[in-house]
Amino acid sequence: MKVSAIITLKKDVLDPQGKVIHQTLDGMGFKGVNEVRQGKYFEIDVKENDPKKAQKIVEDMCNKLLANLVIENYKIIEIQ
Amino acid sequence: MKSAVITFPGSNCDRDMHVALTKFGFKNQMVWHNDNELPKTDLVVLPGGFSYGDYLRCGSMASKSKIMQSVINFAKSGGLVMGICNGFQILVESGLVPGVLLRNKYLEFICKNIFVKIDNKDNPYFKNLDKEVFELHIAHNEGNYFCSNDQLKEIQDNNQVAIYYCNDNGKTEEKFNPNGSLNNIAGIFNKEKNVLGMMPHPERMIDKSLSGEDGSLFFKNLLNNIK
Repeated sequence: MKVSAIITLKKDVLDPQGKVIHQTLDGMGFKGVNEVRQGKYFEIDVKENDPKKAQKIVEDMCNKLLANLVIENYKIIEIQ
Repeated sequence: MKSAVITFPGSNCDRDMHVALTKFGFKNQMVWHNDNELPKTDLVVLPGGFSYGDYLRCGSMASKSKIMQSVINFAKSGGLVMGICNGFQILVESGLVPGVLLRNKYLEFICKNIFVKIDNKDNPYFKNLDKEVFELHIAHNEGNYFCSNDQLKEIQDNNQVAIYYCNDNGKTEEKFNPNGSLNNIAGIFNKEKNVLGMMPHPERMIDKSLSGEDGSLFFKNLLNNIK
């Protein structure tokens, strides 16, 4: 199954890259932006046909490697 | 006294660290990241560099490499483990010291000499040093120390801040903070103070004609403390 996960910075964590993207968008004329936060997206194809088990495996990966839970949150957004 | 420097794929200060340790009298051994066991040693050093190309998050892959389980066990049993720069990033990723290192505040790779102030000498690294302010070198893109407010309080209550960025007089003001680190933190201990992570490179300050010698003071003192 293919599992998609996104990893985002927690609310209180400064995101300098997001800030610069915001400034650049502003400079390009996109004036209506309140904030930009940058994150990561993973598509992981696991050898598992049960969606629940596949989700569990990827959650385990997020907890142990893909996300640093001190500063990041993760969310499984799609299983197919 | 014996030391061991771990080489990860992408480490680039491992040889410098070997030269520094050897110069001041350590019997150093280089250890490959894929080994299972540390040799018998008094000190383990995780060197600077760009392990695994800084993929995912700096230090994240290296923190899961084979040798790290042995390093973690060594640290948990009270052994001295020091991580410099990328080594500090590996320490935070492995959970041996608290917090994380984010991208520098102004998104610049910073490569320059800075001053740091030693706050706490009640540990095997800084005990007996008769100097508080050291000139050292930094070269990093992700050295912006961060942790939650609760964690910060715990770190301060336990005197775990090792060094602060400051000016040559030891003033730790925000304007002397090169990378946006929380409270000017440049280095941190674990609770027991046997694990030290710091961004500055003492191994780059061991030669009068090339740089300065504040790193020499650090290594000489460390050796005497371990003896």
